Amino acid sequence: MYTYLVKRLLMVIPTLFGAAVLVFFLMRLIPGDICELKLAGSGAFFDQRSLDICRAELGLDDSALLQFGQWVGGWFVGDLGTSMWTGKPIGEEIALRFQVSLQIALMATLFSIVLSIPMGVLSAVYRNTWIDYVVRSLSIAGIAMPSFWLGILIILGILLTTQAWTGSPWMPPIHYVPIWVNPAENLAMLIWPALATGYRYSAVATRMTRSAMLDVLREDYVRTARSKGVMERVIVNRHALKNAMLPVITVIGIEFAFLMGGLVVTEQVFNLNGIGKLFVGAVGQSDYTMVQALVMLVAFIFVMTNLLVDLLYAWLDPRIRYS
Amino acid sequence: MRSGLLKIAASAAAGAVLALGLGNAIAAETPKRGGTLKFVIPAEPPSYDGHRETTFALVHPIAPFYSLLIRPNPDNPSDSSDFTCDLCTEMPKATDGGKKYTFKLKSGVTFHDGSPLTAADVKATYDKIIFPPADVSSARKAYFVMVDNVEAPDDLTVVFNLKYPSGAFIPALATPFNFIYQKAKLDQDMKWYEKNILGSGPFVFVEHQAGALFKGKRNDNFYVEGQPYLDGFEGIIAEKQSLRVQAIRGDRAAIEFRGFPPKSRDDLKAALGDDLTVQESDWNCVLIITPNHDVAPFNDVRARRALTLAVDRWGGSKYLSEIAIVKTVGGVAFPGHPLAATKAELEQIAGYWPDIAKSRAESKKLLQEAGVDLSKTYVLNNRGVDQPYTIVGTWLIDQWKQVGLNFEQRVQPTGPFYDTLRSKRDFSVSLDFNCQSVVNPLLDISKFLSNDISDSQYGGYIDRDVDDLFNKMNQEGDQAKQREYMRQFEKLTLDEHANNFITLWWYRIIPHRAYLKGWNISPSHYVNNDLANVWLDQ
Repeated sequence: MYTYLVKRLLMVIPTLFGAAVLVFFLMRLIPGDICELKLAGSGAFFDQRSLDICRAELGLDDSALLQFGQWVGGWFVGDLGTSMWTGKPIGEEIALRFQVSLQIALMATLFSIVLSIPMGVLSAVYRNTWIDYVVRSLSIAGIAMPSFWLGILIILGILLTTQAWTGSPWMPPIHYVPIWVNPAENLAMLIWPALATGYRYSAVATRMTRSAMLDVLREDYVRTARSKGVMERVIVNRHALKNAMLPVITVIGIEFAFLMGGLVVTEQVFNLNGIGKLFVGAVGQSDYTMVQALVMLVAFIFVMTNLLVDLLYAWLDPRIRYS
Repeated sequence: MRSGLLKIAASAAAGAVLALGLGNAIAAETPKRGGTLKFVIPAEPPSYDGHRETTFALVHPIAPFYSLLIRPNPDNPSDSSDFTCDLCTEMPKATDGGKKYTFKLKSGVTFHDGSPLTAADVKATYDKIIFPPADVSSARKAYFVMVDNVEAPDDLTVVFNLKYPSGAFIPALATPFNFIYQKAKLDQDMKWYEKNILGSGPFVFVEHQAGALFKGKRNDNFYVEGQPYLDGFEGIIAEKQSLRVQAIRGDRAAIEFRGFPPKSRDDLKAALGDDLTVQESDWNCVLIITPNHDVAPFNDVRARRALTLAVDRWGGSKYLSEIAIVKTVGGVAFPGHPLAATKAELEQIAGYWPDIAKSRAESKKLLQEAGVDLSKTYVLNNRGVDQPYTIVGTWLIDQWKQVGLNFEQRVQPTGPFYDTLRSKRDFSVSLDFNCQSVVNPLLDISKFLSNDISDSQYGGYIDRDVDDLFNKMNQEGDQAKQREYMRQFEKLTLDEHANNFITLWWYRIIPHRAYLKGWNISPSHYVNNDLANVWLDQ
């Protein structure tokens, strides 16, 4: 087990290095640079002198290999570099956003688990009944509906409903306050994006739970249990569900990792100052160093989540052994 | 000429009255103290240094922390020639044949750290802006080409000595980015202000949460008695326009200082009724049609003239103003400014003729004479920003179609868009952008100079006739003569040499919560944002 863990952790290094090479050189293929954007983007005048100073300050005049070497070298001393746009340390910029993304991801995951597993089980157990049809319709709608669109609908719905009921429109807060500072304000802001993303997330997990449960319920050991007169509830909860969880956990793990960096539009819809919003802003601003750091962060989260999921397999199914 | 100027002045005044009708009524009310103003900002500034940056995203949250030497009158910002003192005691008259301006400073002004603000700080500030060291970027250095040196003979006197008299000097001095910095900090590190904030303005910096929020609190030692009225402000960064609109609707913010399209104004008005106030103004921003002078067929002046003759600006204004943030037909100078063309003068310029049928017939004739291949599809390079770039781009394609010219719109994100303009240059025509702060036509038109002088002219042409007129105009003290030169400059640029063309001037629409008082719209989203005179009627 420990050998496996060490091997997997060592595999992180080439994976991240590959991602680093890709993102570093792909970013530089995009035409234009951050200095042109900063200076010309507002429509005001700028001169070549300012452009030259900006490029020199940011090291854009150096060769790509030198820039790459400096960037990778920084990792070994824990230096992620500074944002080319704001000039602030990237670690500081990411830390600010990380808590927002993490909270949203956790809330959406929780919402998804609470919703998807019972619904998936019910749908499988009551296959081809009205319960199954309702669950399947809800999950197909969840997959088909982009979460940012659902988010827009939620905001509009809140505004219209509160205006109709109270006479003045209310909308969720648009500025993040940590949960330990003001829990009510925090939840009033984050509950809606968590619902919007959690619903789509739960739709995927519901379908996976249903299909895995259907497979397991056809297994010989389930038939044997039934023939022995074991109660259906025990069969479902103890024997079937646990075994059906392996693919569901994979889906939940991948979705969680995705939520940490992929909520680009939803974060904009709800004005969440998260990793996704930072990501899209950095790409738009050609902030190479920030994009590079974020890609590495997301890649790291994916690698670690996958590792965690693999370890969970062994816990769920004791027959699985790693060596 | 005199009656023309009077008419312009009268129409500008009428516009100001319209824009400020409500504002003046509000001014009669007694301001209330207290409360925190929340406003939304569409973007985050790259740094805190106003001297280096060019974006409104810096001015909106940062301007309240700083003082300026002079500024557009905050009670009358619509008037592009009404400047007033901020740190000075009175607007000076030029001496020495218009080449010397002596400013007396208010006494007792302090920075937020308690240290006194003196003439040495003002001199150090303007030295940084006008004569920056080699490794320091100054976005507005070129605004002050007329300045020979800055002196501080005593603690309360600042003297600007000019090389020649210039009508562009006072507006340049009033630019809202010219924050007064502390000399001691600049001596310590010229780039200190990129990452730090220390001013003497109406509000004291509290915090900046990157990507989220700027917070300021009242400066209790502010040098204007009784101001600011607010306890503080929060500038919330919200990039998505629909969210900013909803934030005003749901009262998470009282205002956004940049501007919304007409549809958003109408939606907000329908939802909020009397709880919403709308202020509108012409905007000192314009999209420019820039033909590529380096490649056929638009390296031929006839083909370029055909482009502008095909465009029905008078008709387009009516329809586009209903869906986009553009409205006013104008020449190279900001409409309504004394140096701008009247309607009668505009109608003498190609592309502004009142009879569009005649104009398009001439356009077709010129295309034929120039041998333009009408079976080809040409590229209109455009920026991937909806308001108003792609809307105006789509409109132009239709206008050119009317004379047989086929264009496809190549919409690109901002980075690749500027790369195309500056490096690739693989376009036939591009939309380009000129957006300035304080209305200062004498400098604002430098965009149209030869590209070995103006680094932001992307047509790729050299036109010494235009350059000479610009120099004459900027060294001419008499406004009537400046105006004559401006007409010649405009005729050459837009018509005879057909270097590039104005589309429609932008139109600024600010719907805000009715409880926000004291703030008056200006022709620029960079101007009048120190919040000193803003108060909340709650």
